[in-house]
Amino acid sequence: MSDPNAQSGSPDKEPASEAQAAQTALGNTEQAEPTTGPGRSAPESKPTPTLGRLFLDNLWAANTFTVTLLSLVLAIVVGAVLMIISDPEVLSTFSYITARPSDAFSASWTLVSEAYANLFKGSIFDPEAFSGWVNGDNGWQAVLAPISETLTYTAPLVFTGLAVALAFRGGLFNIGAQGQATIGVILAALAGFLLPLPPGLHLLVAVLAGALGGAVWGFIPGILKARTGAHEVINTIMLNYIATYFLTWLIVQNGVQDPTRTDAISKAVDTSAQLPRLLGDNLRVHAGILLAVLATWAVAWLLNRSTLGFELRAVGANPDAARTAGISVTRTYTLIMVFSGILAGLGGSNMVLGSTASALTPLVVAQIGFDGILVALLGRVKPWGVLLAALLFGALQAGGNRMQSYSGISLELVTVLQALIVIFIAAPALVKAIFQLRAARAARLQTSLAKGW
Amino acid sequence: MSTMAVPDVAVAAVDEGFWTRNRKVGLVLLALGLLSAVLFGALATDQQARFTLSDDAAGAALEINGTIGAILFGIITIAAGAALLAGVPKRWFLPVLGVGLVAFVLSFLCWQVSAAPTGQNFMPLVNIIRGTFILALPLIFGALAGVLCERSGVVNVAIEGQLLMGAFSGALFGSLSGNVWVGLVAAAIGGAFISLLLAVFAIRYLVDQVVIGIVLNLLAVGVTGFLYERLMQTDATKYNSSPRFGNWNIPLLEDIPVLGPALFRGNIFLYLGLLLVLVIHIGLFRTRWGLRTRSVGEHPTAADTLGVKVLRVRYRNVLLAGVVAGIGGASYTLALYSFTKNMIGGKGFIALAALIFGRWNPTGALLAALFFGFADQLATYLGAINSAIPSQFLAMLPYLATILAVAGLVGRVRAPAADGKPYVKG
Repeated sequence: MSDPNAQSGSPDKEPASEAQAAQTALGNTEQAEPTTGPGRSAPESKPTPTLGRLFLDNLWAANTFTVTLLSLVLAIVVGAVLMIISDPEVLSTFSYITARPSDAFSASWTLVSEAYANLFKGSIFDPEAFSGWVNGDNGWQAVLAPISETLTYTAPLVFTGLAVALAFRGGLFNIGAQGQATIGVILAALAGFLLPLPPGLHLLVAVLAGALGGAVWGFIPGILKARTGAHEVINTIMLNYIATYFLTWLIVQNGVQDPTRTDAISKAVDTSAQLPRLLGDNLRVHAGILLAVLATWAVAWLLNRSTLGFELRAVGANPDAARTAGISVTRTYTLIMVFSGILAGLGGSNMVLGSTASALTPLVVAQIGFDGILVALLGRVKPWGVLLAALLFGALQAGGNRMQSYSGISLELVTVLQALIVIFIAAPALVKAIFQLRAARAARLQTSLAKGW
Repeated sequence: MSTMAVPDVAVAAVDEGFWTRNRKVGLVLLALGLLSAVLFGALATDQQARFTLSDDAAGAALEINGTIGAILFGIITIAAGAALLAGVPKRWFLPVLGVGLVAFVLSFLCWQVSAAPTGQNFMPLVNIIRGTFILALPLIFGALAGVLCERSGVVNVAIEGQLLMGAFSGALFGSLSGNVWVGLVAAAIGGAFISLLLAVFAIRYLVDQVVIGIVLNLLAVGVTGFLYERLMQTDATKYNSSPRFGNWNIPLLEDIPVLGPALFRGNIFLYLGLLLVLVIHIGLFRTRWGLRTRSVGEHPTAADTLGVKVLRVRYRNVLLAGVVAGIGGASYTLALYSFTKNMIGGKGFIALAALIFGRWNPTGALLAALFFGFADQLATYLGAINSAIPSQFLAMLPYLATILAVAGLVGRVRAPAADGKPYVKG
């Protein structure tokens, strides 16, 4: 507790525990603060500021929520600058900014506000569709379409985000979610169009095939790390590329490639193996998002309630101590990577069994593995945080599509925004300095500890 | 997000006794030799496999009967494997291994060249060597950027981003100014910009260096992709038509057979890349700057005690790395192609692999980059002669080799001790 706070008698930092709170209060009495009752040491006895004041003080502190929000704001501002400097027409108004500043500002404002409005309309809510529905011009589907798009993009990101987060908690940096998802997508698709199975069972088998693929691809760096100490960052990067080349090779093989096509595309997954759509055929949202929520719950349970989760966190915190305590670090490392791979593989299954694609192409996995790293960091490597982060990223993706087609702003801006958000989040000290935030009591925001190869 | 506190926590106990690592490698080599002698020998045809000393089928050539060549080189590999298995002195390990592997590759080539369609049973060596160097060039620059960074203790996963930003700003400012040299300087600054971000976040804000590297790669992909679509696609003549460096022939050297036409009629980037390898190697191991860099990368506390400004050395080296990688990116846009979205396409990560495979050593990185470039060029060549080997599997080779290397199968690789650990004074 810092001195100025104690003297002012209104600590803006909430004491960490009651005992500490009592001590602070006692300290205040010793300094003969006139306003503090001498006989009482309970925290309530202090001249506490109003609840609203306390709330505001804490709001403007470098806590998780505020930093995340301000990172978002900063990213949006940088994105706006990029939009303006890359638009020759708007830029030309800046050439006579001293003569008529209003031109430059209004042109910039129109460009940026329209782009971000489209981002919002494409991902969350479109007022025009809503009024159209009220007037009877279009159905209710149009109102839900943005949400449906957002959830469609969210589902695979939840899986890969969880994959990266789980490994992080065990002290491993799984950059290989991309490769694990790639092998997952391959096996899921193969099971989807090669196995003649009844509906229901077929879907189950295809989803599990994806998980198996991811598990195998996670096992390799896991066992190498455990047995030889080979760094998982290097190995997973390498395995990503091996998986990608394997995919591009496999697609054009006989029995896999669509016989009616000459380009690199596989046969389509049978309808019996596709994840059912939740809101009718016109909306793309599918059961993958439900699986994603289920997976989030499962990972949360695994991490916080199970023996394996405890061992995993122990190894992540300090492998040497964990080994001394009788936990097999070798086994835990391998298991972490296998579980991480399973999650990433499930994300892969989502890409080909859901509504984004129904056949293998070289780009079928998109960037979900790399985005998963960002999602995990943004979600503070906690399962439910990952779910929220994936929602944000899914929304950016869905909105970015509309922004591209309506405002002509390249979808790449979304990549920029996502990267910027995570950069700012990774360096809370920077955000804190920019906005002059107070120091937060919460210790959650410490920068991640960098370790070597 | 605590990543591994002790990198080598789970190293298996060193198994000495008869099955030393050298003997295991020997066994693998022996198996490879048997494979090549039997399988490649059986698949090769009786055609002459010609390795021409020129750009095409014409001219002098080294010739050998396909079947005989495949078996002969296979036997050499077997002999090398057997030698390792029998136990050779330690200093002979690498040369013998090298001979065995080269013979294996030659056996493979004898098979492939002799089995090519009639009339194409030749391999133009000049072409192959030149292609190898061209393909290896961005890897060389990227791996050198990695050496500069990581020898001073900052992990550089952002090589991809540095190359990409260099390529982009080289193309953009080269086009705007119409001057290659302006483009080259701009490319260096572009790479240094990504490096600056890396340095500030890794050194000042202590962000996990692998994390910030990955994120910076995405940022570079996003920013260049965005500006590419907004500027270069809409007005390519203004923003994406940079002048290019031509080829400079070096007198005398260009007349050396095979190597001359392959290496000494190249562009500025080829000479610059090779020169940089030399300069950085000498700098790192023979100068005061190098000693300081290495000491900061191995034991920053000790270096600090002796008066080395740890953070300043790190900032300087990371920025230098950005300059080098930026120029490497320009070797695309100011010499070969115009800029396209995400044109580096993973070369930065192969450069990282080359850095690790070359054991954080400039010369090693050069050799690794050439090996990867050769694999790449070979894939192109085999595609041209309709080989049965899918090019994708050859493209996997660098990555597989790196995994084997870090897993300790081809000798243990060890990063600088303080690589990736931020230094906080006090």
